[in-house]
Amino acid sequence: MTGSIKKTGLIFFPAFDWAISPTHPEREERLLYTQDQVFEEGLLDFDNIVEYKPGIATTADINRTHICVPDARAVVTDSHLISAGGAIKAAQVVLDGHVDNAFALVRPPGHHAMKIVHGARGFCNVNIEAMMIDYIRSRYGPKRIAVVDTDCHHGDGTQDIFWHDPHTLCISIHQDGRTLYPGTGFHQELGGPNALGTTINIPLPPGTSDAGFLHALDYGILPILADFKPDVIINSAGQDNHYTDPITNMRFTAQGYAILNDKLAPDIAVLEGGYSIEKALPYVNVGIILAMAGLDYSHVREPDYDAAALKQTPDIDRFVEKSTEAAYQLWKERHALRRKLVGQNRSMTRRKHIYYDTDGISEGQEETVLICEDCGGMVTIDSEADTGRHIFAVMVPYLACPRCRHAGEKAFDQADRRRFSTVYFQDKDRDSFQVK
Amino acid sequence: MQIRNEHREQGLIIGIDVGGTHTDAVLLKDRRLCRKVKIETRTDHLVSSLLEAADQILTGEDIARVDRITVSTTLSTNAIIQHKINRVGMVISTGPGLAPSQLPHFDNLYALSGYMNHRGIEAAPLKSRELEEIMRDFEHKDILLAGVVGKFSCRNPQHEIQIRDTLEKRVNHISLGHQMSGQLNFPRRLATTYLNAATWPLHCRFIRELNQFITNRGITAPVYILKADGGTFNLAASASFPVQAILSGPAASVMGTLNIVTPNEDAVVLDIGGTTTDIALFAEGVPLLEFLGVTLGGYKTLIRGLRTRSIGIGGDSVVALSNGRPIIGPERKGPAAALGGPVPTPTDAMVVSGRLNIGCREAAVAAMRTLAEPLGCTVPAAAETIFNLTCELIADAVKDTIEEINRRPVYTIHEMLECKTLIPKAVYVVGGPAGMMASDIGKCLGCPAHVPEHAEVANAIGAALARTTAEVTVLADTERGTLTFGEEGLQTAISPRFTREEAIAAARERLQAKALSLGADPDDLTVEITEDQVFPMVRDFYSTGKNIRIKAQIKPGLLFRLEEGGPV
Repeated sequence: MTGSIKKTGLIFFPAFDWAISPTHPEREERLLYTQDQVFEEGLLDFDNIVEYKPGIATTADINRTHICVPDARAVVTDSHLISAGGAIKAAQVVLDGHVDNAFALVRPPGHHAMKIVHGARGFCNVNIEAMMIDYIRSRYGPKRIAVVDTDCHHGDGTQDIFWHDPHTLCISIHQDGRTLYPGTGFHQELGGPNALGTTINIPLPPGTSDAGFLHALDYGILPILADFKPDVIINSAGQDNHYTDPITNMRFTAQGYAILNDKLAPDIAVLEGGYSIEKALPYVNVGIILAMAGLDYSHVREPDYDAAALKQTPDIDRFVEKSTEAAYQLWKERHALRRKLVGQNRSMTRRKHIYYDTDGISEGQEETVLICEDCGGMVTIDSEADTGRHIFAVMVPYLACPRCRHAGEKAFDQADRRRFSTVYFQDKDRDSFQVK
Repeated sequence: MQIRNEHREQGLIIGIDVGGTHTDAVLLKDRRLCRKVKIETRTDHLVSSLLEAADQILTGEDIARVDRITVSTTLSTNAIIQHKINRVGMVISTGPGLAPSQLPHFDNLYALSGYMNHRGIEAAPLKSRELEEIMRDFEHKDILLAGVVGKFSCRNPQHEIQIRDTLEKRVNHISLGHQMSGQLNFPRRLATTYLNAATWPLHCRFIRELNQFITNRGITAPVYILKADGGTFNLAASASFPVQAILSGPAASVMGTLNIVTPNEDAVVLDIGGTTTDIALFAEGVPLLEFLGVTLGGYKTLIRGLRTRSIGIGGDSVVALSNGRPIIGPERKGPAAALGGPVPTPTDAMVVSGRLNIGCREAAVAAMRTLAEPLGCTVPAAAETIFNLTCELIADAVKDTIEEINRRPVYTIHEMLECKTLIPKAVYVVGGPAGMMASDIGKCLGCPAHVPEHAEVANAIGAALARTTAEVTVLADTERGTLTFGEEGLQTAISPRFTREEAIAAARERLQAKALSLGADPDDLTVEITEDQVFPMVRDFYSTGKNIRIKAQIKPGLLFRLEEGGPV
């Protein structure tokens, strides 16, 4: 334990009556044993742990973050609105000063949901942390926000949404994309030309244990955070790095998760993945709650914990050290890298192919951003999916400069309605959303 | 069931509540209040007050016609608050999780290394060497009472049972954690089990004295004890679970009010006393229970109890000024000024404004004047201000309590969207100043106010009319093939095809048998299912079974409703 007692808000919403499909890992039972352990430990009886009921997010909350095709209501269920509402509630109780920090222990998760949403990918429909971040800015004004994604899978959705946002630092540590879904999250993914370096990826090899994760934290994440000086730190708290997780290959433990959260000291943690629902989640979640509340977590241990068997090999030590160092160097050199990347360009375009594995949808995207020294830059996206839907979206960034705003309004105005099934205009700065 | 009762010959029913100040008794005959008795409680010997009240209420009655006697007493409650309880050796198995330093503190604590996990599967076995050491230490320290509590013991009681079998010969009494409640909460289970063992000798003595009395008087009717949840259990059953009888006093008053509450309606019950006001709530005509259990003397427990909130505002509360604004309570410095007290009180405000005619009006006026001058108003205006403020503060506390209940988290999308909220349609006020304050509090809350007949003995009426309550918790795990009755210490084998309907039927059957053994009326066994959840269990993309969770209860309620009238 490094800190003192903190007042921690807990937003627990296990959605006990919702599953993606009858035998899907994202199922009713997922947080059942976590609930049992949290209740049995009596955590909610602590004066400094306060439980809150989630809110229900609105379509306005979705449209502030996403471009949903054909519209917000079509891509979500009530469960997503409550899960996002839970994350938003966590932000409210922290930023309103009711608690020191908060943990949204909610499902379904969201970190694979990207800016444009044609359907569900990686069990995610809408990105609940991203919605929470945009909510924070719409309600509490300009904030520098850092998201540390500790899920075992690369947080590609969150990365995509804040790719061009220099005010949001997205750091993801995850199992190397060559060995796990979604196959991205390499060092060279650093963010768009106006926000180069505010996306940082630290891939870790299969078999990484507590020592490896804590190395990446101590020598990568924490120094970068110290430089960035965020107002709010968010832990996108996936629990699938656990050594018992059925769909990943890491060796992280409940102790490791607790130490990580103790050192990272997030203002808000939001549950993401984690499907070892009996052997990991009950212990990991108790560990995270105790760590956030500043209570002694040293007795949190899985029944089958075996330190010797979970030790990582020297090869992994070296891989982790190299990966962390590479990420930190890129961060240090971000300004020079940006100058080199931008050159004389006035705008830059990237083409992406996105596969929605949960819904089996394929999408092609062309994204163009105006090079801008004064803001995140106006972005347009032309997106066509094999559902037959072809859309065009114009996005004005948060704290937009007059030039980018003007360019955005013009682009929306001039977009040819006949070429697209829908044309969207998302103005994060004025918190408005239009379609034509 | 009510219809059937009308055909039955009605005997005499006696309810007695031994409170901190007064002992109240009522005699019910033919569904009417026939006699009421109020005597001062002898705090040094509560049982003698109880027996004296019983004798008074029975004077001239045909003992043979007595059908039942229910007793509510603060005996254990007082003993716990005053720390006059016995030494208990606590044998616990914690497993991983919360650090032992965070658990409730006990002087004689023995931690074992064996434990069960959250599914009730043994994660580490008990070690006989550890148990032998405990036995030696018990002998050395002359410990005669034991509490045995395992983490997740309501999921699998085997360790607790094994420990009991070993320690049994060495001590006079052992309380087992899993028998206290089917609810999950290890720290509360510890506290509950400890209090149960610690109050056991005291309760046994009480039972002995009570039995002696009824034998002497030739009473053959069953004797019941009131529990914190407003239900009853018979004397024999109470012997194993004395802790269930704590805090039965507030429950008694609430149950007495239930007599006039409109069925199926949300309502508020206020008991306004001299020092405090107790707030209780009815949801659709049923008194609300604490979610986990009552709190007493700093111990958070798993004892099922009515949800009551106490605020420091009553008729005798001190009225003072702070920065030119009146402040009411939370202290009481004696009776109202009108009755010779030292400071102005809400009661004085009621005397000055003519709502109440007691004591010395001049003294009340003089007390109000000390407030009127700094407030810059007349004495009657000050009295009006104080009176209104008292009513408003009580109403605000009621609103806070309701809001707190409506804010309670829910865990399914269905409940989240359904968003059931408590909206009181009436307020029932009992206690000394009830008559004067009811209508104004009702106005603040926007609903009609009622003062029940015989409000001053509502507690004894509640005791007399309370039915036997019981609860069972059932967990069917078809993957493991086990059916566990949490608080019963029972685990049986089931087939992989075991269904939710079978689980409900098993819960129903077990609950009814349990209620009968606690002394319930066989005609009054309405079972209510309070939790009903089925979780498909999925392992590696395959269905492997079902996790079925059922809770059933016989909810707090009355044997019958009292007809109006009776002695004034």
